[in-house]
Amino acid sequence: MTPSKSSNKSLGAQLIGLTRKQLFIPIAALLCLIIFNLIADPSFFNIKVGLNSAGQPVLSGYLITILDYGSELAILAIGMTLVTSASGGQDISVGAAIAIAGSVILKVLCGNESRPEHMKAPIIVAFLVACVVAMIFGAFNGALVAFFKIQPMVATLILFTAGRSIAAWINNNELPIISDESFSYFGTFIPGCPIPTPVFIAAACMVVIFLVLKFTNLGLYSQSVGINPHSSRLNGINPAIVKLITYVILGLCVAVVGLIKVSRISTINYSVVAKDIEMDAILAVALGGNSLGGGKFSMPASIMGAYIIQFLTTTLYKFNVNSSALPAYKAVVVIVLVVLSAPVVRERINRLKKSSSKTAKEVA
Amino acid sequence: MENGELLQMRGICKYFPGVYALQNVDFTLRSGEIHALMGENGAGKSTLIKVLTGVYVKDGGKILIRKNSSDNAEAVFEETHIRSPQDAQNSGISTVYQEIALCPNLSVAENMFIGRSGAFTNWKDMNKKTGELLKQLDIPATPKMQLGSCSIAVQQMVAIARAVDMKCRVLILDEPTSSLDEQEVEKLFKLMRDLKKKGVGIIFVTHFLDQVYEVCDRITVLRDGCLVGEYIIEDLPRVKLVSKMLGKDLDDMSDIKSESDVKPVDTGKTPVLEAHGLVSNAGIKPFDFNIHGGEVNGFTGLLGSGRSECVRAIFGADKVIGGTVKVHGKNVKIKKPIDAMKNGIGYLPEDRKLDGIVADLSVKDNIILALQVMKGFFKPFSRSKAEAMAQEYIKLLDIKTASSETPIGQLSGGNQQKCILARWLLTNPDYLILDEPTRGIDIGTKIEIQKLALKLASEGKSVTFISSEIDEMLRTCSRLIVMRDRKVVGELTGDDLTRNKVMSTIAGGEEK
Repeated sequence: MTPSKSSNKSLGAQLIGLTRKQLFIPIAALLCLIIFNLIADPSFFNIKVGLNSAGQPVLSGYLITILDYGSELAILAIGMTLVTSASGGQDISVGAAIAIAGSVILKVLCGNESRPEHMKAPIIVAFLVACVVAMIFGAFNGALVAFFKIQPMVATLILFTAGRSIAAWINNNELPIISDESFSYFGTFIPGCPIPTPVFIAAACMVVIFLVLKFTNLGLYSQSVGINPHSSRLNGINPAIVKLITYVILGLCVAVVGLIKVSRISTINYSVVAKDIEMDAILAVALGGNSLGGGKFSMPASIMGAYIIQFLTTTLYKFNVNSSALPAYKAVVVIVLVVLSAPVVRERINRLKKSSSKTAKEVA
Repeated sequence: MENGELLQMRGICKYFPGVYALQNVDFTLRSGEIHALMGENGAGKSTLIKVLTGVYVKDGGKILIRKNSSDNAEAVFEETHIRSPQDAQNSGISTVYQEIALCPNLSVAENMFIGRSGAFTNWKDMNKKTGELLKQLDIPATPKMQLGSCSIAVQQMVAIARAVDMKCRVLILDEPTSSLDEQEVEKLFKLMRDLKKKGVGIIFVTHFLDQVYEVCDRITVLRDGCLVGEYIIEDLPRVKLVSKMLGKDLDDMSDIKSESDVKPVDTGKTPVLEAHGLVSNAGIKPFDFNIHGGEVNGFTGLLGSGRSECVRAIFGADKVIGGTVKVHGKNVKIKKPIDAMKNGIGYLPEDRKLDGIVADLSVKDNIILALQVMKGFFKPFSRSKAEAMAQEYIKLLDIKTASSETPIGQLSGGNQQKCILARWLLTNPDYLILDEPTRGIDIGTKIEIQKLALKLASEGKSVTFISSEIDEMLRTCSRLIVMRDRKVVGELTGDDLTRNKVMSTIAGGEEK
């Protein structure tokens, strides 16, 4: 009897150790979702090869949808993680900024025509212009936060409110349509490739951020500034500049997502494009177990969080949850996850475990 | 008039995990007196105040408050249980803190009545009453002024007026003068004297000795959580007060000059650092300073005398607003810490938690931080290099940590301090400033750090050492710069480096 008990204990201890890992919550959430879907309807995991509108063979299925749309979120989560880490707050204007970036791309490609036969400029030029514009708006947010010390949510509320009308204004409130096939490759499929392009774009972004974090001190600086700006300053770091940089990087992420968004439908709907995406991006950071109060972060955990959010959304769609009721369902799930990963709760859980293991020992 | 006792605190004990913050402390306040509560940092002043104001609940002892206010009648005391700031207020105890806890964007009158006018406010009545009170206390403000537009001193006075208006009999002023200039202090003192005449008992906490001797009637001295004694101000000259606070009796002080192997400093050479008329926005008077290679010098003075502000100005930690700095004889501009670091200056800050450690980051990241920043944003150390450097210093300074990846916040105070030391040693500075490196750490580490300072000097580096413990300063420094009330008031070298001399210079004025 005793040996089995001791082995139980060590297993228990191992489990406790596991729960302390940052990736525990996102992985557990993912497992729950997978198990739920397996039980409810295993066909959720089917992947079929079908033909898309262009007659190309492409993969389709719920998992592909998750990868496809989750990629947008993952790209945003990269920037949002950095912003959260350095400034201890979130940028709620990313949805509106995506509308601006998308609108800029269309403006450069279409000029003043609403339905040009040929694109007026190469896509790369349009994209680069959008990058610059989005980074300027990022810098605007960042400057408000870093130099004027306005709370990030309040500072970005400005662009959140104004962004979509700026986007509409850029194209005189018209909805330019791009008929060129090649423009749609970024949001859909490249001919001959059965995997959605956003997956590759997200992968590229992940590689870039991995390299940036490896070959610069961005991670160390932003965490240091987020944890203790006073100490960081006394060690020669300029906290304001570090915060500003993270917002500019988020601006870059926004431009990439903007390209994907307008490419998907070859046009734009100013009031609907990327609506509420900021909340999902913030949730991705939180789900990854990163503190929304700033400081330490784990980029892989945030990226994973993004795909899990999309997993949840897609699961709800699959079960025919009305799209207007969707946020409510999502909220319930998210509340549970976020509360579980809150430091206060985790501490209490750890303490409970400790005391219970102590009493168990005493009893033994 | 004979002042009756108003408040008695008897045998107050307060226990924090691992330490007695207060042990059997008695404190008596009479009506119509200004009573200074003195003691060095950690002596228990603020704990005592917090017990009295209900921020902390005491673990032992009793608080007695006189119930009948008439001066002639026999004093009737009642034991009062103060469990929350609300209880304290109901018992007639009000506090004005160093940081003004009012709302700057409301009007003066609104601030006076906030939180006690119920759901409905009679604006006219409120403004009228406030006007009367301001007039009565001779406070230069009108009821409708926005509080934030008043000077700090007036805001401070409004806070006091609010306390007075709430029928307080005991008024606690916790460092009210630290952000005031001389004229403002005068105004505040006038108000305090007026209140004294009205029979209010005032507890005054300050670090400024001059102010104590200007307004106070009595002094209670605390040290290490224990009561040293209560004195009438005339009976306690400054030198004695300082010695009571520091716990060194002047009489049995023997003069020990440490026999360290530090070579005499060659003052003929160009100083490593030379500052003229340096002044920052932290409220210090301009000061001159220099240090040579192989020298350990120090700033001494009571807490709040401006010693930290001086070194912060040298390092560029506060905004420098005047003066020149030469490093190795060359004029340099030090505007921010990175400038100082690039000129070979390191700074271990006074407040380890707030300015030193980056709590959630690992020991390794904390150690390499300063050198990493100097190296540049695009040149991170490789993982193995960073690990090797961290390990070297963990071994060298004997830092007790589970691993180099442990968050520094989980280490003990002494080991955290060693990490910060390691951080600066790693940058190999010519000149290292150690601001209170020994505060709040165990005795073994204290000695190690002092030895380290001397070792650096014997290697030809310069060190500025600041400590509240005069013994430590005498043991390490060959030159002491003495500060009082935010200016440099003296410089002691050679035979003058005795505790007697240091203390009398700190106290100023009266030599024994």
